[in-house]
Amino acid sequence: MTRWLQHPPPRGVLLALLAAGLAACFAIEQFGLVDDYVRFVLITLGINIILCVSLNLVNGWMGEFSVGHAGFMALGAYLSACVSVKWLSWGDPLWMFPLAVIGGGLMAGAVGFLLGLLSFKTRGDYLAIITLAFLMIVKSGIENIPYVGGPRGFLGIGNHTTLLWTAVWTVLTLWTIRNLVYSRFGRGIVAVREDEIAANAMGVDTRKAKLTAFVVSSFFGGVAGALFAHQLQFINPSVFDIVKSTEILVMVYLGGVGSLAGSILGATAFTFLSQALQPLGTWRMVILPLILVLLMIFRPRGIMGMREFSWFVPRREFPKKEDKK
Amino acid sequence: MKPLLEVRGVTMRFGGLVALSDLSFDVTPGHAHGIIGPNGAGKTTAFNVITGIYAPTQGDVLFRGESITGCRPSTIAHRGIARTFQNIRLFRDLTVLDNVRIACDAHARYSWPGAMIQLPSARQAEKETIGRCTDLLEKFGLGNEIHERAGDLPYGSQRRLEIARAMALQPSLLLLDEPAAGMNSAETLNLVEFLGWLRDHFSVTMLLIEHHMQLVMTFCDRITVLDFGKTIAEGTADEVRKNPEVIEAYLGQEDGHE
Repeated sequence: MTRWLQHPPPRGVLLALLAAGLAACFAIEQFGLVDDYVRFVLITLGINIILCVSLNLVNGWMGEFSVGHAGFMALGAYLSACVSVKWLSWGDPLWMFPLAVIGGGLMAGAVGFLLGLLSFKTRGDYLAIITLAFLMIVKSGIENIPYVGGPRGFLGIGNHTTLLWTAVWTVLTLWTIRNLVYSRFGRGIVAVREDEIAANAMGVDTRKAKLTAFVVSSFFGGVAGALFAHQLQFINPSVFDIVKSTEILVMVYLGGVGSLAGSILGATAFTFLSQALQPLGTWRMVILPLILVLLMIFRPRGIMGMREFSWFVPRREFPKKEDKK
Repeated sequence: MKPLLEVRGVTMRFGGLVALSDLSFDVTPGHAHGIIGPNGAGKTTAFNVITGIYAPTQGDVLFRGESITGCRPSTIAHRGIARTFQNIRLFRDLTVLDNVRIACDAHARYSWPGAMIQLPSARQAEKETIGRCTDLLEKFGLGNEIHERAGDLPYGSQRRLEIARAMALQPSLLLLDEPAAGMNSAETLNLVEFLGWLRDHFSVTMLLIEHHMQLVMTFCDRITVLDFGKTIAEGTADEVRKNPEVIEAYLGQEDGHE
């Protein structure tokens, strides 16, 4: 993977920026610095980044094509809603909400494990079809469970997704996936994409790599779903359909496959574009896919495809001083 | 000496096609063992059975006296058999370092939760892996290309990188599938020298498939000749060269050069 900048940035700058960002989020929540619309967009941005980077693990780093990410989102959304509304509604949101989010993530991760098992024998187009079928099963399954409201949807979810929580989960997701990608497990996942036979022959247990990618990806998909449910306070099975998955795909392929910076860029561009294009009404859904078509023709790997902003790369990955020619 | 690798009566059928039929041979530790045979004789299939890509229809493969038949390729790689491929199979979009690192990772022992929260032990292991891979690449003369994209390297370097990647597994047996493919005679001469260095420096046992007769005859301690999935002859270069069956089936005309 090539990098945007060839030299590591000064140590601590990223941390300082991060701390400032989190403090800003806290201040915004505490003193109501921005209006509700801006706050809503910012939370959506955070959720979209989580969705985008987690799907990127499977579609970018592992090079498969999953269209089922909205399904994991749905699982996380519904399970977390059950936790916060039905099972632990007496709890203080301060500890109950993180528990609900983690629960949603675990639920999605467990189902992601099953989908990962299916990916052992199936690849490419066929795996894409399986993920599509999975998405339909999840959606119809939820529609048929009266306990969570069936097709009418799940009502009365608390408004727990604050800007600060969103920021914390976004940073946590990016940090964990970055650590994973720059570890032997991440390299195993990338090796599966590059050449599965060679990966196997070089000692990569490709089954474990696939399971890791699917479980981690779906866990964070579930986390995003949980945040989403507690942002909108009302969820409906029809929200989590192929259109939702397509939106996440647009973010991934707009920003760039196999790149953290690309995921952030794609999610940001998508979030603001879809807000800016709001006045166009349904024409929006003509323009966004059109952008995708143009991207696929001129930059099939996305803006930052396979490249990384050097601030996200661990320092050990950079050439040592004495290595320089 | 006890053989390092024993292939015992291996038969491999693909539907009606019999690619290997009752194939048996032993590889002695420290030897460079050549497999030759006409196109379609089953040489690459034999490699694929040994490295676990195919599970044989019948028969057994023993490595250090233990059966590895039906093991997954990654397990066999961990046990100490590394290989290269006939048409180079590098991770083309990754850097030279990452190519070698993926194989070297077989020896790293940190857990995935440790990796995800960046435990000091995981970070330390990562640094050690980078150091080990850098040293290895320098030995293979690729020290200046560490951060290049593997697919951008010239052909000869790609071959060398593929062998370096295999050696990063620290194997006791190295399988080379036509290492001289696509090389001219000067390059092949260099390759013989390189393989000799490899054998002495890493004291690795080699099993190689090759069409280039001169290379096989000069480099290999022992040669197995396959035809139609069967062993038709085995022995030293001289024995094989004189074997009438080999001459008939393979070397055919003139003087044994292709």
